[in-house]
Amino acid sequence: MGNYLLKRLATLGITVAGIAVVTFFLSLVVPLDPLAAIAGPQAPQETVDRLRVLYGFDQPMYVQFFRYLERLIQGDLGTSFQTGRPVLDDIIQFFPATLELATVAMVIAIGFGIPLGVLSAVYRNSLLDHLSRIISLIGVSMPVFWLGLVLMLVFYFKLGWLPEPGRLDIMLIEPPRITGMLMVDSAIALDWVVFWDALRHAVLPATVLGLFGLAGIARIARSSMLDVLSQEYIKTARIKGLSEFMVILRHGLPNALVPTVIMIGLTYGSLLEGAVLTETIFSWPGLGRYLTTAFLTLDLNAIVGGTMLVAISYSLVNLLVDLLYAYLNPKITLAYADG
Amino acid sequence: MDARVTNQPLLRVEDLCIRFYTLRGVVHALDEITLHVNTGESVGIVGETGCGKSITARGILRLIDPPGRIVKGTVNFEGTDLLSLSERDIRKIRGSQISMIMQEPKMSLNPSMRVGKQVAETLMVHDRSLNKRAARAQALEMLAAVAIPDPGRMSRRYPHELSGGMAQRIMIAMMLVTRPKLLIADEPTSALDVTIQAQIIDLMNDLIEQIGSSVLMISHDLGVVAETCDRVIVMYAGNVVESGRVTDVLRDPQHPYTQGLLKTLPDQVDADDVLFSIEGTVPSLLAPPTGCRFAPRCPHVMERCRVEVPPITPLSSDHDVSCFLHEPG
Amino acid sequence: MAEITAKDALNHDEIRRLRLDARRRYLRDSYVLWRRNPITVVGTLIILTLLLIAAAAPLLATHDPYNQILAERLLPPSADYWFGSDNLGRDIYSRVIHGSRLTLMIAILVAITSGPLGLMIGVVAGYLGGAVDEILMRVADIFLAFPKLILAIAFAAALGAGLENAILAIAIANWPGYARLARAETLAVRNSDYIQAIRVLGAGRLRIMFLHVTPMCLSTLIVRVSLDMGAIILIAAGLGFLGLGAQPPSPEWGLMVSDGRNYIVDQWWVSTLPGTAILIVVLGFNLVGDGLRDILDPHQRQS
Repeated sequence: MGNYLLKRLATLGITVAGIAVVTFFLSLVVPLDPLAAIAGPQAPQETVDRLRVLYGFDQPMYVQFFRYLERLIQGDLGTSFQTGRPVLDDIIQFFPATLELATVAMVIAIGFGIPLGVLSAVYRNSLLDHLSRIISLIGVSMPVFWLGLVLMLVFYFKLGWLPEPGRLDIMLIEPPRITGMLMVDSAIALDWVVFWDALRHAVLPATVLGLFGLAGIARIARSSMLDVLSQEYIKTARIKGLSEFMVILRHGLPNALVPTVIMIGLTYGSLLEGAVLTETIFSWPGLGRYLTTAFLTLDLNAIVGGTMLVAISYSLVNLLVDLLYAYLNPKITLAYADG
Repeated sequence: MDARVTNQPLLRVEDLCIRFYTLRGVVHALDEITLHVNTGESVGIVGETGCGKSITARGILRLIDPPGRIVKGTVNFEGTDLLSLSERDIRKIRGSQISMIMQEPKMSLNPSMRVGKQVAETLMVHDRSLNKRAARAQALEMLAAVAIPDPGRMSRRYPHELSGGMAQRIMIAMMLVTRPKLLIADEPTSALDVTIQAQIIDLMNDLIEQIGSSVLMISHDLGVVAETCDRVIVMYAGNVVESGRVTDVLRDPQHPYTQGLLKTLPDQVDADDVLFSIEGTVPSLLAPPTGCRFAPRCPHVMERCRVEVPPITPLSSDHDVSCFLHEPG
Repeated sequence: MAEITAKDALNHDEIRRLRLDARRRYLRDSYVLWRRNPITVVGTLIILTLLLIAAAAPLLATHDPYNQILAERLLPPSADYWFGSDNLGRDIYSRVIHGSRLTLMIAILVAITSGPLGLMIGVVAGYLGGAVDEILMRVADIFLAFPKLILAIAFAAALGAGLENAILAIAIANWPGYARLARAETLAVRNSDYIQAIRVLGAGRLRIMFLHVTPMCLSTLIVRVSLDMGAIILIAAGLGFLGLGAQPPSPEWGLMVSDGRNYIVDQWWVSTLPGTAILIVVLGFNLVGDGLRDILDPHQRQS
């Protein structure tokens, strides 16, 4: 197990190095001249030239690359063209917002997905089952941006049940920043007004973001529960005289949860993708929106820095999921292997 | 063993009829089965795969899942018809009064739960007053009783860490810890190595004697039944064709099927002999033959056999057969 | 032991006939399983409808999708404008109809570029092994380290906005998954008796890889590509929404949703209806994908 972990970490290291290379070369493929974009169409040539020297674009390729690596190791991700601040600062500013959104989305996805899937399996072919399967299928077929618009239309514009796009009401003041996550910080500061408002603002984007994951989790929960319920040990539990409820709770659920947990880990990846589009629609000041704007304005440093962060965290989560699977697996596969 | 045997049937199954309503049609799995087990007795059920042995066992515990249905019959246990009980009441009986051990022990244990806990669970389900520690203590005692070495440590293992024989001991512990009156054993040794089989059979016999349970032993292995049972019931294609004392039935089988079955045992066969096999195959229970279900393969078949179902004919005080060859008169 | 004479062995014709019979039976069983599952049938109907609409677009449209009548902008759905008109006075229904061609084109082009590319790379990596395998798979892993949408956005942004670049970007994001799959299949097949026999007969590596190993991986890959179709369309729509895909005035559905974004409150139809089209099409592909998985499941076939 330890060996496996080391091997995976080494692979991760190589992958991260590769990511750095890829993102660097990505910025070189850009056909447009970003300097002209920054300086503006009116800028005289000297300005552009000075910018070129300032940002180091006058150096030959390999020099640029090594300077890039150098700075990377020191944690310097360069300066963003659009905000004018160091990219690292931007990331630290925006990442917690995405983390908060993703967490609420996960809670929704798991909190509704698992019960839906489990009940679907237990009451197979009932109305609930059919409905949840249809919802799951539709859930993974929906364009995220469209769903966001539709829900915003219904719940904000027409019904007024949920607040406007954004993290917090304009009138309210943010609590002192500890983690950057509004709900956590306001809870620490015992500022419940802000907490409640932040929660209300997060509900809609988190639902949109989480729906895809919910559908996936419900499907896996259902199929793995169905699989588990057909196993011999479920019959044993009934023979022992347990009530159906206890059979499902004590013997069915823990075993069905194993593949579901794996799915939950994989859902994180879909959250990252969805965040990009969701944050754009809901004007959520998170990493997704930052990255999208960076791509659209060809803010190279921001692109490189942001993409690397996304890739690294995605890889880390995948690694965790693999490790989790390896840990949970011997128990399961060995039992089936002898059967 | 004989001293314990009384003549009160602990369990009496009468005219039990179970059918499966599948997409392809109705499967007549059990056709008016009648059998009984006396207190302190050990009864074996033998027959080929698919003859309905396991379904009978599950029917007794009322664990027939759809599309199967118990169409008619009674299962009388200590005076109560189990088929008429509410779900709550029959759950009280399952695991505490009637238990069942199954064929594949490693698949029949929850892979995510420590084995000690699984044994203790049976106790805790039926005795609410028992706290965890007391249940655990009793479970450990039981593990020792089934000859599991180092019960304390073993109880914390997971099923996949055990060998087949160990897992079956756990099953036995799990099912006997409540000292049930009736133990149903559905092919308990079929999935085990031959060397382990004897150990498990001996263990079961010891425990059963200690606890005083009655046993319904289902097996396709006539040897196991001969060793452990007082009486034997022979089933074929959902019917009971012969039943009686083990010694009687095995030494002097009366039903053509039983006779054929015994001939297939490669007991005193010379190297040059051809192994005997009963001609034909088991009929499909989707459209069972009218009349006696063994008629198509019976070497002594008569016209009547194809049309009428032979009734149960008692041959002596404890030997019944279902065959027109033995009809009185 | 008796010798097997020449006339005991099957001749070529018989072998061919047996193989044809087996294939016919396989297809017939597949058809029966397909028909049995209403969900798959619905999905197939949706896709067939899509194909039909794309093919007959000019006939089904009521207006010219590019014609702007500014006096008639942002009109609600009516007898004239079945889906209403957008902010430039164009008929949304006709644009949706014509947009089906774009959607289909993007999906097919991505599939036929990333599929064979991934297949080839995977087979080469799996069969040749060693350093080639390591390098190719590291590259694939690096690509797989990014969520697909983000990678597609990255390449689309880098290459510049536009439909062709978007297709290329999505294909770049897609091939590593297929390469991994093809490699796994190749590894499984590599040591089979069949391949060993051909090697003994003296076939060169290239020949083996492309004439023999590749066809064996084909079916798994085709299934995977069909399952991915829905996801591909969603990514393409996402790119369109961000403005990185087809450019105005193209009637690409994602782009149309983005166009209508500012008018969502009072003129909901501009964004909502094209988005619904995306939903229905992706749903169709997902339903078929699900059904395909069930049909190919050996357990089902045995019953």
